[in-house]
Amino acid sequence: MPEDTILSTSGLTKEFAGFTAVNGVDLKVRRGSIHALIGPNGAGKTTCFNLLTKFLAPTRGTILYNGRDITREKPAEIARLGLVRSFQISAVFPQLSVLTNVRIALQRKRGDNFDFWRSERTLKSLDEDARRLVEAVGLSSFQALTAGELSYGRKRALEIATTLALDPEMLLLDEPMAGMGREDVERIEALIRKVSKDRTILMVEHNLSVVASLSDRITVLARGQVLAEGDYAAVSKDPRVVEAYIGSGGGHGHH
Amino acid sequence: MTNLASTTDTPAAAVLTETDDGAARLHRNLFIAIAAVLVVAPFVAYPVFVMKVLCFALFALAFNLLLGYGGLLSFGHAAYFGMASYVSAYTAKNWGLTPELAILLGTAVAAVLGTVFGALAIRRQGIYFAMITLALAQMVFFFSLQTPRFTGGEDGIQAVPRGKLFGLVSLADDRVLYWLVAAIFMGGLLLIYRIIHSPFGQVCKAIRDNEPRAISLGYRANQYKLMVFVLSATLAGLAGATKAIVFQLASLTDVYWTMSGEVVLMTLVGGLGTVFGPIVGAIVIVAMQNYLATLGAWVTVVQGVVFVVCVLLFREGIVGVIAKAIKKPL
Repeated sequence: MPEDTILSTSGLTKEFAGFTAVNGVDLKVRRGSIHALIGPNGAGKTTCFNLLTKFLAPTRGTILYNGRDITREKPAEIARLGLVRSFQISAVFPQLSVLTNVRIALQRKRGDNFDFWRSERTLKSLDEDARRLVEAVGLSSFQALTAGELSYGRKRALEIATTLALDPEMLLLDEPMAGMGREDVERIEALIRKVSKDRTILMVEHNLSVVASLSDRITVLARGQVLAEGDYAAVSKDPRVVEAYIGSGGGHGHH
Repeated sequence: MTNLASTTDTPAAAVLTETDDGAARLHRNLFIAIAAVLVVAPFVAYPVFVMKVLCFALFALAFNLLLGYGGLLSFGHAAYFGMASYVSAYTAKNWGLTPELAILLGTAVAAVLGTVFGALAIRRQGIYFAMITLALAQMVFFFSLQTPRFTGGEDGIQAVPRGKLFGLVSLADDRVLYWLVAAIFMGGLLLIYRIIHSPFGQVCKAIRDNEPRAISLGYRANQYKLMVFVLSATLAGLAGATKAIVFQLASLTDVYWTMSGEVVLMTLVGGLGTVFGPIVGAIVIVAMQNYLATLGAWVTVVQGVVFVVCVLLFREGIVGVIAKAIKKPL
């Protein structure tokens, strides 16, 4: 049913000077699902992700979001449509406070962001919402710190709070668990589950146990092409998937 | 571009860029102190010297708005300073404009120039951005060199009349002119402070810190970068236009690339990304040029040494170091 698909690609292809990183990928993400994009190193996951978020322009193919062709949109514009991405490296504003980080996202819809003559005190009305979001990710006691001072795991949590401040319809998470300790992984996992309630999530993730427990549907990429698709049970038994992972040295040490 | 301003391992004044209520009070007190110093200064120091400091301080403040809060390193700010200086001098002398109109017109021309150059430069990032601004500024320099009918060529525009403010108050006396310059400086300082602490300023700081992230939140980063560029160029123009009236002179020095370098120096010595740093930097550099003038060309060497020492020992600049010590943004 087409109305159930929030994001779809057809024939998505990206070529870099003689090398095809993503090759004819057809992807359908169901509304309200958690969809994972996995694959061995060099499979084209990150390139694919950057195509979807418009940080790269595709060579061929189209991307539809809510039935609208966003293939040629600019990154800032798709964020305004409700499709918001996270980054692999922690993406915070290091010199701004934790609270301000979240407020920057809340501020965007206000329409007075070019008013250089207005006092920032007008933004105080957003503090309440910002505090609530900071609290939701367990950072209340850190809200006055500058984001640069936070530990890695907390930066990731702050990033999620900032993303949620936009109340996006769909989240694109780029390796949300990368470089995290076990406790952080559990915390972020719970958080993703919580925020997925009324949203769609597409994530690239290496940690297969996280993928197994969170995702409704998994697309496996290898050499830029879709190798298999299905739920975890189906995908993990697929001999082609097993071969691709073993052939590349077993992925990334997560089993 | 995220981080020309803060690629350093200990980000300059990093932990200190935000304003809580305590800091806001401190800043208000500092503004009162600056106003008090401005009132007393012409009676204890040579007014022309103070006016020179104020013009360059405003220039450095404008530059710091772009680099310290927009994260954009322009190496061609002399273009806006110098072109405004020429326009202000030319219109005051040849069109007989009153000084306030000459200054306004010079500033407006800097704004237009900033819009055109900014729109071209923000298409590239980091060092390429800096190179484009430098190249465009050099074009302005050659234009100035090649159009002696307008700029006076090597001689510059000399004997610019100071005229009468609003056609009423003669500015011939240094001590009268001083109040106009002090008012322009204070207005510029307050405006820049407001810009930094506005909703717009918040977005600029976010883009400075992490441009891809700001874009992913839906901000059209280039529009903000252009806006802060134009604001900075305009205020640099205001400084240059005022300078032309004060010294009754506009010359090639004002558009030469060394002027762009000097403003970088002032900002770094005083404290990049601090509100008050550029003022201190301007005082230090202008005082050095004035009091060490007897050393001749050696002033440049002394400046170079100061710069090296500054970068090696306290990268945050004078005010940056103080801000760190008192744990408050300045």
